[in-house]
Amino acid sequence: MKLLVAVKRVIDFNVKPRVKMDGSGVDLANVKMSMNPFDEIAVEEAIRLKEKGVATEIVAVSIGPAKAQETLRTALAMGADRAILVQTDEEVEPLAVAKILAKIAEEEQPGMIILGKQAIDDDNNATGQMLAALLGWPQGTFASKVEAASDNVTVTREVDGGLETVKLKLPAVVTTDLRLNEPRYASLPNIMKAKSKPLATKSPGDYGVDIARRLEIVRVTEPPKRQAGIKVGSVDELVDRLKGLGIAK
Amino acid sequence: MSVLVLVEHDAKSIKDATLAAVTAAGKLGDVHALVAGSNVGAIADAAAKIAGVAKVLVADALHLDHELAENIAPVAAKLMDGYDAFVAPATTFGKNIAPRIAALIDVMQVSDVIGIEYANTFVRPIYAGNAIATVKSSDAKKVITVRGTAFEKAPAEGGSAQVEKVDAGASAGNSEFVSMDASESERPELTSAKVIVSGGRAFGSSEQFHALLDPLADKLGAAVGASRAAVDAGYAPNDYQVGQTGKIVAPEVYIAIGISGAIQHLAGMKDSKVIVAINKDEEAPIFQVADIGLVGDLFKIVPELTEKL
Repeated sequence: MKLLVAVKRVIDFNVKPRVKMDGSGVDLANVKMSMNPFDEIAVEEAIRLKEKGVATEIVAVSIGPAKAQETLRTALAMGADRAILVQTDEEVEPLAVAKILAKIAEEEQPGMIILGKQAIDDDNNATGQMLAALLGWPQGTFASKVEAASDNVTVTREVDGGLETVKLKLPAVVTTDLRLNEPRYASLPNIMKAKSKPLATKSPGDYGVDIARRLEIVRVTEPPKRQAGIKVGSVDELVDRLKGLGIAK
Repeated sequence: MSVLVLVEHDAKSIKDATLAAVTAAGKLGDVHALVAGSNVGAIADAAAKIAGVAKVLVADALHLDHELAENIAPVAAKLMDGYDAFVAPATTFGKNIAPRIAALIDVMQVSDVIGIEYANTFVRPIYAGNAIATVKSSDAKKVITVRGTAFEKAPAEGGSAQVEKVDAGASAGNSEFVSMDASESERPELTSAKVIVSGGRAFGSSEQFHALLDPLADKLGAAVGASRAAVDAGYAPNDYQVGQTGKIVAPEVYIAIGISGAIQHLAGMKDSKVIVAINKDEEAPIFQVADIGLVGDLFKIVPELTEKL
């Protein structure tokens, strides 16, 4: 089966985001950008399914600026076979992303679409679920284990009370959680090879999707800061303090 | 304005996060609660008692058992013809289902809301809580998920809403529940505990993590949490994880032991009322947010603390 993986170019997870002085957003000028960590896990999982012989082809898709090509090249260097960039300089919300991905899915007819459970910039945690809704496919969100067969996939999900396992008929949408796998690093020869893998560039208009924002950013601010408190010198002092808080007898 | 709140339950009782969602929904308009599941009459009766709930809608059918999103979303989406807003708790339950409903009614969801300024303007953390965004929705109907720690819980008793059966739809037939591996614990749940003791990688092993933290938690009637480093090292199960990618908590007292205070951990607990930190490194970032700090060796401090409490 063919697999579709969606990847987003976001601020590198090691960079501390700075809020712009004018309150319009987070400053991304001259900041290191990388593939969203959850999407890296999605690419890795797709490659493992191909290595197991379950999948035959991996198509990586990104929706974003021209520079998202780099993110797609990373996916290709890891092991994806070809890539599609839906190029736009606008910030595209999850609903519009899901609509574009749904159109691509209609064209490509994948057996499974794997995405990160959320992007670490807008933290929406919505695209995969919305995509599954638009396609009428089942969804296995927050996956920590994926076992695919020819016509179904068993997904273990990280939920609040523990681990839940569901069985989904293919085609299906899977979103990845942190413990699903550890993504590989692309080797230098594979990075070179990735440069000649096919990468098609499209626009949201090619898919007839309106990407106008539904959520207007009114302002973006720094979170309220906590003040450091006092240090105590001994366990006895700590016990007194805890008693003062009424949590110890 | 009328608002539909999706009730989170485990077929035995209503989850606390629902009560916070009811409070948030009450800021938008009249609150109706949707109870979906199989054999959920008792849950519906309990939902009718929540203060602030004007009406309870019950979709009761075998295929709604185990909250499969594929089966619940169409039921809720159809009901949304008669509502202006949909509210679900921003738990794994709500996060799984709400976006599916939003897409079905062509609405861009506002996720993880921590504040409501107007009926169309919401406050939410982005970039792992490193920035706070205020967003205005232009959609005719709103779909939001709300962070439980950001809203007071509505009283579970005091209401007397009428209960009404609604169409439970049909099974989508493309997903089935296989099993639930629940973490068994006598202790309070992390997201509703008044006190949390949380351990980091400094514990060194799963044995020491439990041998030291469990007695302390028992003394305090506290829930036990862990940093991502401790979970990744295998000292604690994944659902102990507090942090941006784990659980977001805001107890009365959060005691961080052997946790350095990585950004991703702080994002999950910095709204706690009082933060206590125990760490051998006095330069650890956790002390920058702690109200009470104690520098020292946790292997000496924790047993002594447990004994003296």
